[in-house]
Amino acid sequence: MAPQSVSHIDMYESTPPLYLLPSLTNTSTLPQRTLVRMEFGGRRALRRKRIQAEASYSSGLQFYKEPPTGNVSLTEFDEMAFERLKVLRAVERLNLSGYIKNSEEWITKLYEEFAKNKFFIILAEKNTKSNTDEVQKARRQDHVSHFILRLAYCRTEELRRWFIAHETDLFKARFLQATRIGSDIRNFLAINNLHYTSVPFIDALELVRQRKVFLKQGYAYVPETDLATLVTSSFRSKLSHDMTTTCRALPELDSDERLVNLLHDFDQRYTGKDYSSKKHGDTCRITPDMIDTLANKSFPPCMRQLNDTLRTTHHLKYNGRVIYGLFLKAAGLNLEDALFFWRSHFLKNMDVDTFDKRYSYGIRYNYGKEGKKTDFSPYGCIKIIMGNIAPGDVHGCPFKHSDVAILRQRLVAYKVSNQVIDEIMELVNKRHYQIACQRYWESIHGVPIDAGINHPNQFFEESQKFLNGGVQPSQGKKQSEVKTTPTFMYSSQSSTQSSTQSSTQPSTQPSGGNTMTVSEEIDMYFDDDIEAAMLEQNSCRED
Amino acid sequence: MPPSEGYECDMFPDYVAMYYKRIFPYNQYFRWLSYGQDLKQCFQKREFCFTLADDVYVRFLSFKDQEDMEAEIKKRCPHKIDIGAIYNFRPKDHKTVTVFSPRSKELVFDIDMTDYDEIRICCSGAEICNKCWKYMTIAVKVLDLALRQDYGFKHILWVYSGRRGIHCWVCDASARMLSQAARSAVAEYLQVVKGGDDTNKKVTLPFKLHPSIKRAETIAKKYFTEVVLEDQDMLGTPERWKKFLKHIPDQGLQDTLDKLMPQCSNSSQRWNIIQSEVTKAINKGDKKSLKKNLLTEIILQYTYPRLDINVTKGLNHLLKSPFSIHPKTGRVCVCFNPQKADEFNPMNVPLVSQLLDEINAYDGEKSENMEEYKKTSMKECMVLFDSFLASLARENNVQKAEENDKRLEF
Repeated sequence: MAPQSVSHIDMYESTPPLYLLPSLTNTSTLPQRTLVRMEFGGRRALRRKRIQAEASYSSGLQFYKEPPTGNVSLTEFDEMAFERLKVLRAVERLNLSGYIKNSEEWITKLYEEFAKNKFFIILAEKNTKSNTDEVQKARRQDHVSHFILRLAYCRTEELRRWFIAHETDLFKARFLQATRIGSDIRNFLAINNLHYTSVPFIDALELVRQRKVFLKQGYAYVPETDLATLVTSSFRSKLSHDMTTTCRALPELDSDERLVNLLHDFDQRYTGKDYSSKKHGDTCRITPDMIDTLANKSFPPCMRQLNDTLRTTHHLKYNGRVIYGLFLKAAGLNLEDALFFWRSHFLKNMDVDTFDKRYSYGIRYNYGKEGKKTDFSPYGCIKIIMGNIAPGDVHGCPFKHSDVAILRQRLVAYKVSNQVIDEIMELVNKRHYQIACQRYWESIHGVPIDAGINHPNQFFEESQKFLNGGVQPSQGKKQSEVKTTPTFMYSSQSSTQSSTQSSTQPSTQPSGGNTMTVSEEIDMYFDDDIEAAMLEQNSCRED
Repeated sequence: MPPSEGYECDMFPDYVAMYYKRIFPYNQYFRWLSYGQDLKQCFQKREFCFTLADDVYVRFLSFKDQEDMEAEIKKRCPHKIDIGAIYNFRPKDHKTVTVFSPRSKELVFDIDMTDYDEIRICCSGAEICNKCWKYMTIAVKVLDLALRQDYGFKHILWVYSGRRGIHCWVCDASARMLSQAARSAVAEYLQVVKGGDDTNKKVTLPFKLHPSIKRAETIAKKYFTEVVLEDQDMLGTPERWKKFLKHIPDQGLQDTLDKLMPQCSNSSQRWNIIQSEVTKAINKGDKKSLKKNLLTEIILQYTYPRLDINVTKGLNHLLKSPFSIHPKTGRVCVCFNPQKADEFNPMNVPLVSQLLDEINAYDGEKSENMEEYKKTSMKECMVLFDSFLASLARENNVQKAEENDKRLEF
């Protein structure tokens, strides 16, 4: 939209903060260069003197402690926000690509993406000795765009989660990059008052989880080398806290059309199918008699393994039942057939009454017919890869969780050629589990597939599509699902309204198990810290 | 395990009824769960779950006070009682609120003997005996020390689960307030044996051993010979030693050792050979797959506590209550002293059926006015529980004082 003549509406002294401008609901009537006063504080801030010059940014990295002040045009507002969103999406795409997060490779690829698109990040992190104005401008953009997106993403739990997760990933990448190229981290730390020696263990959970810190009487003693993790942890908790505060303080964001329109425009993000609540006619139905054949032809190894165990032992432990049950549901097995299917196996080990008492509840629960009646989504690859495996379990990603020798044996049994097996083992060695799975798909179908594998049901659908229709499997990047309702924003890995079933559920094991649980309102599995830690675990390996 | 006098027994409901009428220690139980706090904040929002006859589960029970709880338990005589979290609303009202979520709960651990099936030959599944129970002893020692030294927890209650395992309830105020993320981190910090049926080698350690691992190894080594080599004879047959040797990631060394095994006459000798050959090979340094801590990894795979970490992670997980009865065995879920874990004998845990006999026997000789459990073999564990409550009370008082101070300050 071409800028029109400047009609400078000085909205300073006479106007209330951004969120209290109900009269400006129709933005199209405003001249493009209307200046919008940004005021994130409250009434007290209004009384502050007008701050003309931007504060100078002495560090390429920011903790975003204080909101920016000053003026920004609506167009700038729009553009800055959009660019930052593109940055965050770049992070998201890279997360799904199979590279180990926070590895050198990953960070290099991320920065290549930044450079290719000339994102502000490159300039902002330049050494201040040269191009000071440009650099300052980029840093200001960094600052402002972060806070704009805070407004946009604070409204619901889902939005907040997505934003916090990706902003934190971005921060960590930038922190690591800065450490890598020798920028003055100490300066950044000093400005932000971050000192570390010993902290209560709850402030260093990632490090505790991986046994990377010495613990004594509830305190963690952190070495400097693990600074990135600690600082990122601080960043995340602060951001999380701020987002909740922002949300509470700005109840009328929903009705601020400028923001609503803004989000509407770039709401067409990749969301990734989460395979929840299939519409009938959408996919094929499958029935119990088809399962064994389908397992060999079209199931990914993780599900094939679960089916194989079921066929031989006629039993699966709790997590296996949940994961496999949800997968089958999304693949098209309806409740009645599911009950028949599980019963047919389990009755080999018990009588009908026991099955009905102990296991049928769990199956109906998966289909949203019991308890809090949530239609749970099946687990995606990352969740399965990150899951916990205990003695006796057979769920999990075979490329990650199986011993190399056993995996090889299995691939041979699945009739994969030796050459491909070697390729797969190479990928597994480098921890590219999803890419290994992709190679497996290609090998058993005999054609390449460009889309990465990130969900077992995706594996299955692509396979069925190919085998039944001869259609070339998905090319290029993933399909984007356009959701145009402003209030629906999904994180590509976590679930939407239907929460992903966590591992806590009414256990239907014999009472020797002694435990039962309940799913709760707040999706436990995707608590910010857990998700981040789960994804980070990939990067910090022991050894 | 001797034939159970539990669920299958016709008399079970009667025993349970009698137990809850006369023996269950309501006073102490209530003192524990009220944590010296205002009932409205704490006890009234605690979830209980009863399992009645025929596997009928009744969840989201909550009580006004001790009297209310006592009356309800005596009325229903549950076959099993589970304790859940303290929620933001009274669990019995949970359907009337839109957001019903857990606020706090003890930090708990559950160790089950079935997870040790692959390393015990004496029993399997639900059975236990004094031999394999030693694994539990090791687990108690390792965990108790870790919780106290690393995390600074003090109020730890160890309870026999009634059949084949143990539960650990960490009751410190700081533990009860831990978030889900924190519980998850603690659980993973403590978890060393990882992997399912498809994973042969379940313990992998970095070059530099964490102090908690070293400490666990020291404890484990004291039991390794007796438990793993002698009792469980893990190197006693070709099948078993082949499985054992698979943990060595070098085929060449595996084969060498395999040939040496028959030359020895028992597990201990075989272990000595394994140790010396492995050490030699590691020191030689020409095989990259042989890492410095291989022997530690093997020892820990055979001894380190195998936790069910899902139990620990969940803030709203239900866990069988101490002093409840195990429906399958009829045993009382008694607490025991971790310092004396070696002496704890699950075969001697009182059966609900025997308690009544003990009371009658006692009354036959003298008639005293005292709590009935004191006339039974539950006496000891209640003494332990009393001292647990006493030190907990000290923390409760400190907490209360701090809170009062805060209120005054506003």
